[in-house]
Amino acid sequence: MTRPLITHRTLDRIGLLFVALVMISPVILFFLWMISLSLKYEIDNGAYPPIIIPENIAWSNYVKVFEENNFLLYFWNSVLVTGTATLLALVIGVPAGFGIARLKAEKSAVVIMIARMTPGLSFLIPLFLLFQWTNLIGTLWPQIIIHLVVTVPIVVWIMIGYFETTPKELEEAASIDGATTWQVFRLVALPIAKPGIVVSFILALIFSWNNFVFGIVLANRETRTLPVAVYNMLSFEQVSWGPLAAAALIVTLPVLLLTMFAQKQIVAGLTAGAVKGG
Amino acid sequence: MASVSIDNPIDETTERRSKPARLAPNYWPFVMPALLVVSAVIVFPWLFTLWMSVNSWTLGQPRTFIGFANYLRLAQDMRFWESLWHTTTYTVLSVVLPLFFGTLAALVFDAKFPLRGFLRGIFVMPMMATPVAVALVWTMMFHPQLGVLNYLLSLVGIGPQEWIYNQTAVIPSLVLVETWQWTPLVMLIVLGGLAAVPREPYESAEIDGATAWQKFRYLTVPMIAPFLMIAVIIRSIDAIKSFDIIYAMTQGGPGTASETINIYLYNTAFAYYDIGYGSAMAVVFFLIIIALSFVLLMVRARANWSDMEER
Repeated sequence: MTRPLITHRTLDRIGLLFVALVMISPVILFFLWMISLSLKYEIDNGAYPPIIIPENIAWSNYVKVFEENNFLLYFWNSVLVTGTATLLALVIGVPAGFGIARLKAEKSAVVIMIARMTPGLSFLIPLFLLFQWTNLIGTLWPQIIIHLVVTVPIVVWIMIGYFETTPKELEEAASIDGATTWQVFRLVALPIAKPGIVVSFILALIFSWNNFVFGIVLANRETRTLPVAVYNMLSFEQVSWGPLAAAALIVTLPVLLLTMFAQKQIVAGLTAGAVKGG
Repeated sequence: MASVSIDNPIDETTERRSKPARLAPNYWPFVMPALLVVSAVIVFPWLFTLWMSVNSWTLGQPRTFIGFANYLRLAQDMRFWESLWHTTTYTVLSVVLPLFFGTLAALVFDAKFPLRGFLRGIFVMPMMATPVAVALVWTMMFHPQLGVLNYLLSLVGIGPQEWIYNQTAVIPSLVLVETWQWTPLVMLIVLGGLAAVPREPYESAEIDGATAWQKFRYLTVPMIAPFLMIAVIIRSIDAIKSFDIIYAMTQGGPGTASETINIYLYNTAFAYYDIGYGSAMAVVFFLIIIALSFVLLMVRARANWSDMEER
């Protein structure tokens, strides 16, 4: 009786593996094709039927992206904008998450939910005007500031959820021993909350890095971030597929690497945020 | 809780006990910086948008107060109504398809099989990829002559399609990309729901001789329904606001065939610099999103309620 059951189960597992492979095939196809496009010369990219693995690999596409399109500058801009906006969000968002959780003012998080519902463009119009009047256009500051619209809600949202689950007994004990609220936060709450901080850091980083809409309005030639730079390659130059795909890969590679290495945190953060988001 | 008992006036006679009472934690300083930032970058834009929406103002020209004229203009703007229709189709498809495939994927990844963690990791990747980069590569794949998609279709005997270059095919094509990118999020949410499903009902159903479909329909679906609803809410809000993919791939074209409200809004404000009219559009768009969320939340609340009543 047991033997046929086991074979049945093995068959099931192989069947599931097969179904899973079918399901991820669009993902594989996309990324393989992206890599393939980025490593082919124009002749191979224009071939029909399409060539997947070329005879001559065009590493020069990558060189071209950096040489002809100022990509090093745009990469650095992206690092500065995303880095600053994310760090600022942590500095103000983590204490806020703590405060809101302890004040039991979770309802105030409704603001954050509504912010998430608001189309990015309706933040963009007023802030664009404000940046024009204050003469900040031309620096990276407008983008850093507006990226806070993305990063702060993520951090606050995740940290509220996290501080709600951390035990309050230790904090109470510390404050009875005479610790100030700041000391309680700094020495008791913060160390326990480290995993939550990591999750919110990673998610804020990714969503800020990927942001496109703020950049197309606020960035000029010198202050472009990578997503905007890639888009501009498409619109303003004779479209040659190899360098274009190489550029697309360069933009998204840091995020994909992060996704691979921090998958557990990302999944935890997204599902927690998502479930709470309802 | 502790501070309440410490605040007890009887205790204040002894100095030692009153000390913690004075130090009753004040959490407001922790919230203030975020409150300031949120006011500056989130609340101020809301109010400013409202104010601008009752003004006629093209950038570089003087501003005049015109009351609700922008809103009246919007009501008569055929292009706006068309964009509303495009938004509706785009959103409905971009909710339904990821919901279907995401639930399917969650059911598969909830079971045990070799390489599950690794394959799930690959499956999640589209969601994190930079939308503009994704859009660029899809644009190349959609190319009518040289694109790999038409080649793949030709392998199974389907003729070449025009994808995003065709008025009627453009929205479904964009939805294909949106579905490709956001199915993983639905999968993750539903997977969270499946993880919380208890084992016992299935065992008794098996004893009663229920088929796999019956178990799915009468046990799994009701139990993961709240999570499906969350997925619907999140997906609706994100899909209705979708910008990056549409803008990077078609800019609303060909013609205005894929111009959603968000794209029209962008064009009005930043291509024509019609700030007043754009702001009115932003307000209406925002109200539409709020109304949609409200309806969905009501549906969810009602579903939970009747669920409770049955028990």
